[in-house]
Amino acid sequence: MEWTNVILQGVLVGGLYAMFAAGLSLIFGVMRLVNIAHGDLIVMAAYVALVATQSLGIGPLTSLIVVVPVMALIGYALQWFVLNRTLGEDLLPPLLVTFGLSVIIQNGLLTLFTADSLKLQAGDIEVATIRLTEGIYVGILPLLQFVVAIAVIAGLQFIFYRTALGRAFRATADDPAVAQLMGLDNRHVFALAMALSLAVVAIAGVFLAVRANFDPSQGPARLIFGFEAVIIGGLGSLWGTFAGGLILGVAQAIGAHLSPGWQILAGHIAFLVVLAVRPQGLFPKVRT
Amino acid sequence: MSVCVAFASRSSRIGMAVCAAGLVGLVAAPLWGGRDDLQLLSEVYAYVALASLWNLLAGYAGLVSVGQQAYVGLGAYILFALAILLGVSPLWAIPLSGLIAAAVAVPVAALVFRLRGHYFAIGTWIVAEVFRLLASQVSPLGGGSGTSLPAAVIVAMAPSRQLRDFLQYWIALALVVAVLAMIVLLLRSRYGLALKAIRDSELAATCNGIDVLRTKVLVYIVTAFGTAMIGALIFLQKLRVSPDSAFSVNDWTAFVIFITVIGGIGRIEGPIVGTVVFFLLRQTLADLGTIYLMMLGLVAILVMLTAPKGIWGLVVERFGWQVFPLERRVVFDERSAARE
Repeated sequence: MEWTNVILQGVLVGGLYAMFAAGLSLIFGVMRLVNIAHGDLIVMAAYVALVATQSLGIGPLTSLIVVVPVMALIGYALQWFVLNRTLGEDLLPPLLVTFGLSVIIQNGLLTLFTADSLKLQAGDIEVATIRLTEGIYVGILPLLQFVVAIAVIAGLQFIFYRTALGRAFRATADDPAVAQLMGLDNRHVFALAMALSLAVVAIAGVFLAVRANFDPSQGPARLIFGFEAVIIGGLGSLWGTFAGGLILGVAQAIGAHLSPGWQILAGHIAFLVVLAVRPQGLFPKVRT
Repeated sequence: MSVCVAFASRSSRIGMAVCAAGLVGLVAAPLWGGRDDLQLLSEVYAYVALASLWNLLAGYAGLVSVGQQAYVGLGAYILFALAILLGVSPLWAIPLSGLIAAAVAVPVAALVFRLRGHYFAIGTWIVAEVFRLLASQVSPLGGGSGTSLPAAVIVAMAPSRQLRDFLQYWIALALVVAVLAMIVLLLRSRYGLALKAIRDSELAATCNGIDVLRTKVLVYIVTAFGTAMIGALIFLQKLRVSPDSAFSVNDWTAFVIFITVIGGIGRIEGPIVGTVVFFLLRQTLADLGTIYLMMLGLVAILVMLTAPKGIWGLVVERFGWQVFPLERRVVFDERSAARE
């Protein structure tokens, strides 16, 4: 019973990790860019939500109406003005520029909001639980977060494979030159992909801020969790990424249950084991 | 007609002469500098060495790692473990930490080399995080809060405090010279030729029979060896180690990458120029705190977007200088050239 509970909590947290990972996976899929500032953008979204709740007097979950479009706009602008200039054969420019952005965002947040740990208050929903069976309770908020994570992955899957925008993403990913010949503006497509990625980041950031304390230094750890979920799940598969998030969440929950110091380490070890045994990930997309 | 390959050029002969003269002045620094000067110079040497090693890794072998703090911290912890737990003299512990780290780098390479390009970068970061978390589990070395080097260990190095300062300064200088010499010799060897080929085009290098993976693994291990020794030295001077400071991504990787990019990546002079710029900025702007870090990030981004070869890249384009005799040029014998 004790272990069922541990694993269940791990699965629910894993939904959050899947959201961290989905934005990362999307960007890499479309333009082969790994955004090192991804985690810092998640934390930044949490601060945007903080400002929105305080200035507009709305709850954190309602603030998504503001935070998602704001982050999407930032994503579009970031890609259009900065990151599009870094794309090409050379690996270094995108890595260095996003690494620089990470340092800038971290220190910018530190200047504006200090290093104090904060949390968004969502009210009664935070403590509400459902009883599944004897001794197993599930919080409404973690459950909601898990359902939202599934909805986000399903939504991305739908956009990718059922819409004109998704077709543009896939075409540009397959062959940017030919996509351009077919009348697509790659810069615009990439900027839309980044906007979509940061819209997901916004949702993840708000849930992060409601679930736990956050401060400006937390970004890199979020990036690493997202990255581990992507690699565990296998490149190029959104549902694989989702599964990767759950596995990471469960590994961390088991580690934390054994010893508090082992929580994060257990997640890293799960990642390294997958890398050693099955480097293509557990559910890689089969390219035909 | 006789043909040979020369490394030296007029600028490199002048460069080496200037370096030799400068080195004499730096060796004699305890004569003309105070305690603060020696400490600042030691710190400069540490960053020159770290940036040169990262440049070898990323600029030549194309292995963009953001996890070199793994080896800085590993070297530091090995030094503290050897000195505190086994009573090894810190002077011996520095080369030993390099060797042990090189041995650790072999299985780590086997894992992270499964990741390509960008993913390699984040994979190395995760390895560094694993090392940091493991270090905070080692209770004989203070666990998460770290530990200090006992006074007895330090006193045993040299009888007086002044002599110890001099000794540590000379070790730092000797290490940076050794690291630079190691890189120059590596680049002048056949591995160096292979590395330059890989830097310019991996595909072409493979087609010419270069074992790209083997060369990269070799560079990764050599870099771990050097980086760990520098890490051991840095924390021997700090006298205190903790997981967060030893495995800091900002101090040992972000700054190092910014230094290399600003100075000029893929050229041995770049990290040296970059370190000088970094310390000039730091000495003038450090009071600004977080704003200074943001400015450093911004400058690195601007350099990458507008002049990706950095400051020394611009100098080379304009004047064609090289300080170290590295560029291979085909030289024709004078008389046979005249007959042509």
